[in-house]
This record gives sequence, structure tokens and C-alpha cells, in this order.
Amino acid sequence: MGQKIPSFLDSAVKYGALAASISVVGIFFFLFLTLFSNSIPSITLNGIDLLLGRVWNPNGGAFGGLPAILGTLFSSLFSLGLALPLSMSISIYYTEYAPTRIRSIISTVMDLLAAIPSVIYGIWGLWTISPLLKTNVEEPIAATIGFIPIFSGPAYGLSIFLASLVLTIMITPIISSLSIEIFSRTPMHLREGMFALGATRWEVCRKVVIPFAKRGVIAAAILGLGRALGETMAVTMVIGNSYIWPFSSVSIFSPAHTITSKVASEFPESVSNAIQFSSLTELALVLLVISLSINLGADLLLKRVKGGG
Amino acid sequence: MDSRKAKELLVRAVTTFVSLSVAIPLLWIVADVVIKGLPAINFEFFTSLPAPFGETGGGVANAVLGTLVINAMSSLIGIPLGVLTGIYQSEYSGEKRIYSLIRTSIDSLAGVPSIILGLFAFTIIVMRVGHYTALAAAFALALIMIPPVSKATEEGMRSVPIEIREAAIALGLPKWVITLKVVFSIAKGSVITGSLLSFARISGETAPLLFTSLFSYYWPAGINEPMASLQVLIYNYAMSGFGEWVTKAWGASLLLLLIVLMINTLVRAVSKNKGGY
Repeated sequence: MGQKIPSFLDSAVKYGALAASISVVGIFFFLFLTLFSNSIPSITLNGIDLLLGRVWNPNGGAFGGLPAILGTLFSSLFSLGLALPLSMSISIYYTEYAPTRIRSIISTVMDLLAAIPSVIYGIWGLWTISPLLKTNVEEPIAATIGFIPIFSGPAYGLSIFLASLVLTIMITPIISSLSIEIFSRTPMHLREGMFALGATRWEVCRKVVIPFAKRGVIAAAILGLGRALGETMAVTMVIGNSYIWPFSSVSIFSPAHTITSKVASEFPESVSNAIQFSSLTELALVLLVISLSINLGADLLLKRVKGGG
Repeated sequence: MDSRKAKELLVRAVTTFVSLSVAIPLLWIVADVVIKGLPAINFEFFTSLPAPFGETGGGVANAVLGTLVINAMSSLIGIPLGVLTGIYQSEYSGEKRIYSLIRTSIDSLAGVPSIILGLFAFTIIVMRVGHYTALAAAFALALIMIPPVSKATEEGMRSVPIEIREAAIALGLPKWVITLKVVFSIAKGSVITGSLLSFARISGETAPLLFTSLFSYYWPAGINEPMASLQVLIYNYAMSGFGEWVTKAWGASLLLLLIVLMINTLVRAVSKNKGGY
């Protein structure tokens, strides 16, 4: 091959494909560079306050991002905490008990739930779930165990609690599909061995399938978390967009902010205020770094699982 | 009954219950969107421009057209770039380090929250041009399309059996013919599936549009102008709290949901029946 002179079309296809790849890699690095360079005014002026400050007052020059950062972390972790047991149940049912026809129904439901645009989750959460949740769940809870600060009233409906619930519905299909795939990779001979010993399906699951799938499930959970961290529209529409939580009120029934809702609701108007613009960009950069580290970690875990399996 | 059997039954009951109950949100959302969206749907809804705030009537025709125009532009940028990077990764990147640099970048691009892509497009395009523009939206959405299209192309081409490549080489075909006319044309199904799914995905993307194409109450005036879209219309109208607009938002949601779920069901039905490569 070495001595052969490649035809013009050969090199055209090869270098065309190479140029496209380089430009995509270039755009990705340019994205980082742009966000970073636009964050510099905020980094120098706000310093650590952007990460630890509690007050956001563009006109007064205060740009504290802590409530938004905590809102992002809390809503994502809360929804992951709910979605993970749900996903595990679904995966166990799917691989151990479900008849073939129900299996295909479950995977269709998962696919469709994952395909629904987030703005539709948003309008549904805003106009249908929020009033129901307020009168039937939040207010009764606040009335009975409201003496516990995190459950105290007044209940707003649009709250970090609602945002977490909507996120749970959005990430459960992602985590479930992945863990079903990982569960079904359990070597057959291990399962058969357990059955031959007289184990029940649950025992096989607990002693063989789950230990075997553990790392993959963690990766699936991390990917779900990554999705929740970056979700914007559904969260912005149902979280109430306010800095009340968690310092004025620790109640999960209070409106709150996440990094994404903060950026979505303030970014375009911030152009006239250079520091506000830069501060929001830095918040986005923080989110980008968290998201990318999470995705990279999950990828590494999944690769090891696939390599080892 | 001993405790092992009881445990087995309990696990079975709980997991069955949970698995079947995940259908509830899906059915609820679909039913809700249909019930609340249908009253908004009439002839005028599809043919007219939005009515001014406070007035009844009007439609969402410009938003439907805007979503289609923005999607078409994004596909024009995103699909070729995705296909080319996929071809490169499958056929040409011999060097392991270059391969993993490209792979990692594209995978990471897929993990960037879409609102950040919107912020990026706003910073490098909208701020430079000086006004909101649908071109910036197309750029941001194209970045969402590239990773899945690239992955579908690479996986499709990699799964072409080695015998077919060998047969093509034995025929003395030049590399570009083998790449494009043999391997790529076998993998075409996978590429089309990936492209359609990413098209469905961007049809629902809203966050990047808030910073790029924004919204307009008029017909699209050009690709370098602000442009209405169904997604932003749903967001603006739903958040307005004004009854007439909220109903319109539900109608637009019904339309959007139909488009997205139809593409998804279609693609899944086709790719399931075909099997093979």
C-alpha cells in the first residue's frame, strides 16, 4: 500500500472526514475557551463569592451563586435517590419476571418517556401537577409534620420538591434502560448454577446479578445524575425561580433556583451588565465542568464493565 | 410458607407494581396534552399568526414553520458533520491516540447541557451579529445532532462484516469506493435511524433557542432573523398565565408531542423489523 499513490478521490474522502473531525474537536475546545475567557471578569471581581455567596443582586454588585449551585445538587441528588430504587425494581422485574410481551411494553414506555420534550414535562408540571401537589401532598404534609423545618409551610406548589419529582420521571427511563442492558449481561452459567442449587429468582438476583452488575449500575446512575444536573426547561418551569431556598427557608416546598434556571431566566438580559453576564457564564462553566467530569467518570466505568464482561 | 418463598413473592409483587406504574406518567402526560390541547386545535390554529396579547383567536403557523426551518438548517449542518466524523472514526483513524481524542471530544459534546450550547451560540454569534438569529439556533442544535449521528455512522460501518470488505478489496476497488459505496451504503440504515432520532430530539429542544432564535410574532423573515418556534411558544405562552395563551401552549404541545413520538415510534418499528446490520 505504501508505494501506491492514492487517487484524488481517495484523499478527498479521507481528508474531508479528517477536517470534519478536527473541526468538531476544535469547536468543543473553543466552547471551553469561550466560557472560560468570558468568566475571567467574574473570577477576578467575585472571587470565591460566586461559589459561596448567598446574595444575588446585580444592581448592588452581589453575585453569590451558592443557592443556585445547592439547588442544582439537591434536586439532582434527590431525584437520583428516588429514581435509583425505581430503576432497580424495573430492571429486576424486566430480567427476572416479565413475560416477553410485557418486556416490549416496558421498553416502549421507557423509550417514549425519554423522548418527550422537556418543555412538555414543564407545562405538565406547571399547570397539572403543581396545583395537585400543593393541595394534596405539600399542604397536608406541612400541616402534620411541618414542625420539621424541611417540611414546613407555606407550600408553594412550584418548588424544589416538584422539580425533583419531575426530574425523577425524566431520568428513570435513562437509568432503567442502561441497567436492564447491564443486568442481562450476567453470564448464564452463573445464573444456572444458582438455580441448580435451588435458589429462588430473588436470591439469584441478589447473589449473582446485582454483584455482577454493580459497577455498571453505578455508571448508569451517574449518567442519570448528569442528565438531571443539566436539565433546564422542565426545571425552570416548575421550580418557582427564587432564591428563597435554602437560606430564607429550608423547606423543600419552597421555590428555589438551579444553575440552569438562573441562567435561563437571566442570561439574555444580562448583556447590559458586564459583571452579571460574566457571573452567569462562570456559573455555566461550573455546571459544564461538573457535567463533563460526571460523564467521563461514567464512560470509564462503563468501558471497564464492557471490557471485563 | 417458608421465609425464602415469602421474600420471593414480595420482591416479585413490588417490582411488578413499580414496573407497571411507570406507565402512569406517560399515559397521564399524553392524555393531559390531548385533552387540554384539542380545544385549541382548529383551522385557524394551523394557518394564522399569533394574536396579540389579550386577544382571542390566532394560530401558531409561524412557529410550526419556524421549527421546521430551524430543524432543516440544523440537519444541514449537523448530519454531514456527524456522518463525516463517523466515517473517519470507523475507516481512517488508525492512530489510537487521535481516535480517542476525537471520540472523547464527541462523547463529551454529547454530555454538554443544551443550555450551555445555547449560551455558547449566543456569545459567539448573537453578540457579534448584534441581534437574535435563527442561524445561531441552527448552530447550537447542530452541535446536539453531531454526537448521535456520528456514533450511529461509526457503529453501523463497524458492524459491516469483514468478508464484504475483503471481497471489495479483492475486486481491486479503491479505498474511497469501498468506504462510500460499499461499507457506507450497507450502513445507511443505521445512519438514517440515528439522524431521524436526533431530528426528533432537536424538535423538542428549547433551552438553546431561548438565547438564539428567541421568538417572533410574524412569519420567518429570513434565516438571519429572530424566528418563532413551537418550543419557545410553549414556554412563553405556558409561563404567561394568560388563559387563551395557555390553551394555545397546550395545543402546540400536542402538535410537538405528536411529531416527536411519531418519529420515535416509526424509527423503532422499522429498525426492529429489519435487524441485520
